[in-house]
Amino acid sequence: MIKKDMINYVADLARISLAGDEEKLFASQLNDILAYIEKLNKLDTAGVEPMSHAVILVNMFRDDKVKDSLPKDEALRNAPEKEKDFFKVPKVIE
Amino acid sequence: MDKQVYITTIGLEVHLQISTKTKAFCGCANEFGREPNSSTCPVCLGLPGSLPVLNKKYLEHAIKVAVALDCKILGSMKFDRKNYFYPDLPKNYQISQYDMPLSTGGSVEITSTAGARRIGITRVHMEEDAGKLIHDQKRPLSFIDYNRTGTPLLEIVSEPDISSPEEAHLYLSTLKAILEYLEVSDCNMQEGSLRCDANISVRPSSQKALGVKVELKNMNTFKGVRQALEYEEKRQVKILSSGKKLSQETRLWNAEKKITELMRTKEQAHDYRYFPEPDLVPFKISPGLVQEIRDTLPEMPNDKRLRFIKEYKISEYDAAVLVSDKAMSEFFSACVKLYPKPKNIANWLMGDISGYLNANNMEFGQLKMSPEALAEMLGLIDKGTISGKIAKDVVVDMISTGRSASDIVKDKGLTQIADAPEIEGFIEEVIGENDKVVDDYLSGKDKAMGFLIGQLMRKTKGKANPQMANELLKKRLSKEKR
Repeated sequence: MIKKDMINYVADLARISLAGDEEKLFASQLNDILAYIEKLNKLDTAGVEPMSHAVILVNMFRDDKVKDSLPKDEALRNAPEKEKDFFKVPKVIE
Repeated sequence: MDKQVYITTIGLEVHLQISTKTKAFCGCANEFGREPNSSTCPVCLGLPGSLPVLNKKYLEHAIKVAVALDCKILGSMKFDRKNYFYPDLPKNYQISQYDMPLSTGGSVEITSTAGARRIGITRVHMEEDAGKLIHDQKRPLSFIDYNRTGTPLLEIVSEPDISSPEEAHLYLSTLKAILEYLEVSDCNMQEGSLRCDANISVRPSSQKALGVKVELKNMNTFKGVRQALEYEEKRQVKILSSGKKLSQETRLWNAEKKITELMRTKEQAHDYRYFPEPDLVPFKISPGLVQEIRDTLPEMPNDKRLRFIKEYKISEYDAAVLVSDKAMSEFFSACVKLYPKPKNIANWLMGDISGYLNANNMEFGQLKMSPEALAEMLGLIDKGTISGKIAKDVVVDMISTGRSASDIVKDKGLTQIADAPEIEGFIEEVIGENDKVVDDYLSGKDKAMGFLIGQLMRKTKGKANPQMANELLKKRLSKEKR
């Protein structure tokens, strides 16, 4: 059962702030989603190997050969802010 | 006074950049020192719709490292997303490995005066490096260079088997030597291709459970790692001795102030919400591939050490120091072939030459001297052309200019004076100028002899054959009757 403190924790991890009654709204929506997914637990999976990927493929490799990178201006084109050849962001010291 | 004895427990986490031509999951060049943001593409910039594909060479090098560290390669591995928001990662997650890593359970043997000991390796796993942030010194801004994003990394995690800062340093040097021998990384701490974080806790010897763990970051040299651990060990013991409690936290080493500073407490710790990376398929690593790679392993430092002791009859200690640096061990082997006195070569390499390199913050590989050049110089000492003392200066000249010993000796007129009449001439001058000291000597003050030899060496600019100078001066003084 998702409660308010869990909603706030997830919001904090996602770096979003919630307005007014959003806490309540999202708690009820997430609970609906989890309840729906919970149906899967009714399935008997004893003896089934856990899988980490839906595609039945393994060992897809690339050779160690250099390919052209994006031109600098192209790489920087989507940057909300840039200066010289750098992406520019508010200072975050962690 | 608190008589309590404390036990220190240390575990180290090493990040190693693998020197493949391209990045881990895309074809961008994996190269240090390029223009900012000139080696990026939709994959490493995390643009929508791009798909990472694993670099085969990266996996092979990773297996090589794991095998060399005696790790067990787990036949099935996968990649996971480690989620966190920080601008050094354009995707907001790092491709890493969580519950199905490349390998687990290895060890590294360290040898000290106390004997040999194994330090356990918990795991070696693969992950991509993050971008580089440059913080503006005046404005509240950071600049990002994403060239490093997606660089292939290995994380090598040790067991908490290390019991002192000194041992941590030894473990790192030993590990670095192994990694250098494998030729899979530059292992350059200055350029960040080898990085180290540490966990340390202390506890009273009467207590069984480990103490409260503190994580240390931001050490840029092995010496820094040792100093940070030494500082932290003292800080923690002081807190416990005063009856206070430690808190689990992450601290940053401040190399200028030589202290550790609080970065974050456990309450602020990350929750990385790992989940399988859906863009990469799982991997099966066959025992055949592992064996193939195992067969290509070069001679490891430990084997080379044993061989050096047996083949060159040098001491355990000398062998251990020589093999701890790949370049130095190769220089040594090459030099022995030209000048068959291994002990002499070892003494010069470990003494004056290492001393010069340390003082100038240089790596052995940067030495401007060939094995041939050192062999020639040692020959000049043996022939008596130069004295051992003069040779110390000649070596410094050789290292810094790359010139040969015979050229330097000729240019600077350093040839040893081994001609008795010539030395006797200088002795007469010294005796004439130091009447009182000669008196002192004759009245039984042995120290006066040292002074007179010093004067003689000064007159000959250190070139007099020391043994002859000593004998001739003594002989001459015995004839002096006052």
